[in-house]
Amino acid sequence: MTELLAARQVKLGDAIKTGLVAGIVAIFVSAIGMVQRFDSRIIFSSVTFSYVLLIGIFAGSGYQAARPPLRLEGYEAPKAGVRNVLAGLLAGTAGGILLALFILVAGTANLRPIFPNISPELVEILAFGRELGLGATLAALAAAVLGLLGGALQLVPQRLKKAIGGTFLWIVLFALLRGVLAPVTRGLGITSLTDLLYERQGLSIAGLVAVAVVVFSSYFFLAGRVRAARGGLERLPENRRRIVVLAGLAVVTLFLGAIPQVVGVFLSEVLSAAGIFLLMALGLNIVVGFAGLLDLGYVAFFAVGAYTTAVLTSPISPRFTPELTFWAALPFVILTAAIAGIMVGTPVLRMRGDYLAIVTLGFGEIARLLFLSDWLEPTFGAARGIRRVPDIALGPIVMKGPQDYYYAILLFVLLAAYVSWALQESRIGRAWMAMREDESVAEAMGVNIVAAKLWAFVIGAIIASFGGALFATRIGSVFPQTFSVVVSVTILVLVIVGGLASIPGVMLGALALVALPELLREFEQFRFLIYGALLIFMMLKRPEGLIPSRRRTRELHEEEVEQDAWLKAEAAKQEAN
Amino acid sequence: MLLEVTGLSKVFGGVTAIDDLDIAVGEGEIVSIIGPNGAGKTTLFNLMTGMILADGGKILFDGRDIVGMRPSQILHLGIARTFQNVRLFPEMSVRENVMLARHCRTKSGVLRSILRLPSFRKEEEETKKRAEEALGFFGKRLVGYRFDQPAASLSYANRRRLEIARAMASDPRILLLDEPTAGMNPRETKELTELVGKIREEKSITIVMIEHDMQVVRGVSDRVIVLDYGRKIAEGSYAEIAGNERVIEAYLGTKATT
Ligand SMILES: Nc1ncnc2c1ncn2[C@@H]1O[C@H](COP(=O)(O)OP(=O)(O)O)[C@@H](O)[C@H]1O
Ligand SMILES: [Mg+2]
Repeated sequence: MTELLAARQVKLGDAIKTGLVAGIVAIFVSAIGMVQRFDSRIIFSSVTFSYVLLIGIFAGSGYQAARPPLRLEGYEAPKAGVRNVLAGLLAGTAGGILLALFILVAGTANLRPIFPNISPELVEILAFGRELGLGATLAALAAAVLGLLGGALQLVPQRLKKAIGGTFLWIVLFALLRGVLAPVTRGLGITSLTDLLYERQGLSIAGLVAVAVVVFSSYFFLAGRVRAARGGLERLPENRRRIVVLAGLAVVTLFLGAIPQVVGVFLSEVLSAAGIFLLMALGLNIVVGFAGLLDLGYVAFFAVGAYTTAVLTSPISPRFTPELTFWAALPFVILTAAIAGIMVGTPVLRMRGDYLAIVTLGFGEIARLLFLSDWLEPTFGAARGIRRVPDIALGPIVMKGPQDYYYAILLFVLLAAYVSWALQESRIGRAWMAMREDESVAEAMGVNIVAAKLWAFVIGAIIASFGGALFATRIGSVFPQTFSVVVSVTILVLVIVGGLASIPGVMLGALALVALPELLREFEQFRFLIYGALLIFMMLKRPEGLIPSRRRTRELHEEEVEQDAWLKAEAAKQEAN
Repeated sequence: MLLEVTGLSKVFGGVTAIDDLDIAVGEGEIVSIIGPNGAGKTTLFNLMTGMILADGGKILFDGRDIVGMRPSQILHLGIARTFQNVRLFPEMSVRENVMLARHCRTKSGVLRSILRLPSFRKEEEETKKRAEEALGFFGKRLVGYRFDQPAASLSYANRRRLEIARAMASDPRILLLDEPTAGMNPRETKELTELVGKIREEKSITIVMIEHDMQVVRGVSDRVIVLDYGRKIAEGSYAEIAGNERVIEAYLGTKATT
């Protein structure tokens, strides 16, 4: 064996750069009004959500700056030490100095004509309500300390690291989600729990301690157990494993079924809205995640489903009024969606990547404009849309409120999730995956690319049309303006943030990104900013998403680097021969 | 003849990569194709598998002209290949890479997959079994825990082996190997040479191989075809080729210019 080179060290210069980036991010979120907007949301005592945001930015920069470099082939494994903490401190200090400068400038010069959000109130928040010089110094110091703490986090063992990070996140989440928890505890008849956890604003001391203890200990003691349990499950004999899986599914279904009764009308409404997006995200995941076809016009199929349902069920649909029930209309919805899928899929069969994205983007707009056009007004009513789409009825039971709709939507979401799972583990699923990774090799290895692509488009279209059908009956009317490109982009964000091709990831992504802004109104204004930032972050740092599909985690980043280093060395050896 | 190429030509821009080429391969043969870099060997494989379209000429496989067919159809007929610059599906597992090659020999559609009918389960089991068998052909190298590893995690030599396993799993009648020993060390090269013979003996698959390593060429080929500038400049047993003036000239000529 050859001797190993000394371990690579963190670069302090890079740490300062990281810190400066964090400082710029902090200034940016201040200047666009995020900090001030979040200041009314109290987490605990006098700590508001805006402080939590800034804490996250600076501690995060310290943590990032202190991250030990990757171990490369031929080097010793890097060990975190004083130097890493120092890197964290440097990053925090650099960012803090930038922020302090910003406070000083914003406090003395009037920047409001250019940045309307840089207000005296903002300065007061950033300067902890002190006078300018002292406040700026305090802010810089706080940032430096946070950077140091973030850097120090690199020294603790992995398990503890996760527990600390998780505790922080859950405390914030609990404080933010008071509005969600209150109706839940009311529904369960345990309002005393929320009374204990919360003060008039934010968490109470008891609540803080309780959440911290519970979350920390579950992270700390359950770490590894989950994976072990899964491993144990996989070792069970086939028939017993099936029983366990079925039992698990039954419990989950019961739980999901009980939700609307427990959480009440408002939350059911939010969940229904998120559920429709989730349904479509699952559909788009088949197109983009499985088959690798970047479709930016996915909203077209949503519109087709909604309009088909409206035309066939509404008593005042302009041209024909068959007045079918929702269920009787469903086969026609599936049929039109499949035809639409083939119509969009066929012309783009030979296109790849960016070209495909641009052309499908066009198709999405064409669909909207067609429904809006005078030409089709006799059928679709142009801008007036189609009203009085009836509620879904199951025999004599009519689904009326959001609590009923929750069940209809849940049914279709479960169906889409099952279909995704079934297709992923099948002949066509493998063909899609192969096509995504290398289209020409997939074709050379026997995949009929035309059929595989059209199937992806058709199945994606059908799932989106279910979303449209549910949407039309839930709202009770359809208008062309609803089906804008923003819908396509939102769904794409859900899919990418959730982790391309990972079904649980897409589900979590949809709930978090659609339901959260709905619950926390102050997010609404920054929704697309946050989506954009998340997208960039995901593309750069975690191409595998929040919950990567299992096949993607198998490939550890570090291993890849080692592999490449090895390959390069091999290639060099050959050159030499 | 199992495979008969007549008057084949392919021009890229101004470059004539294949120039009025005639080649024939009989059932059960192992034929090596050699020639300097840029002679058009890989292009010939691309034409034979339908990955690019010929400008003229015919490629008869078992009496049928396959020019103009889609690559997937050609694989279905029984021509499988490997690539000079290994092209696996890096994120798919080793087993899945090989299972994919069974695509043309199986038929479960979307509906059957969703309904998980018994026929689907049976076919899926069978596909898995066949894939593992194909991987088993390489001894212990690609079996066991390796089944579930992503193809990207394999070493270079194993990636080449996996590519051969993938091609074999499609039950081809003829296997086209593009520089199968490139980047391998002498021991691995020797092993692979033996393997090529074994594939023919045990699976009765006809083999056409592009190869630079003359030891390998001498070791396995029944016949050697030499290409230069897209034309066949010599053909015969290894011994005949080795003494051929034009062949030596072609090799020396390019060495002198590059
Ligand atoms: N797709 C392509 N486009 C343009 N030129 C190509 C293409 N493929 C091969 N060529 C050219 O055709 C010639 C033959 O290439 P190739 O078949 O790869 O040679 P070999 O495999 O014998 O080294 C070379 O001059 C190469 O540059
Ligand atoms: Mg070549």
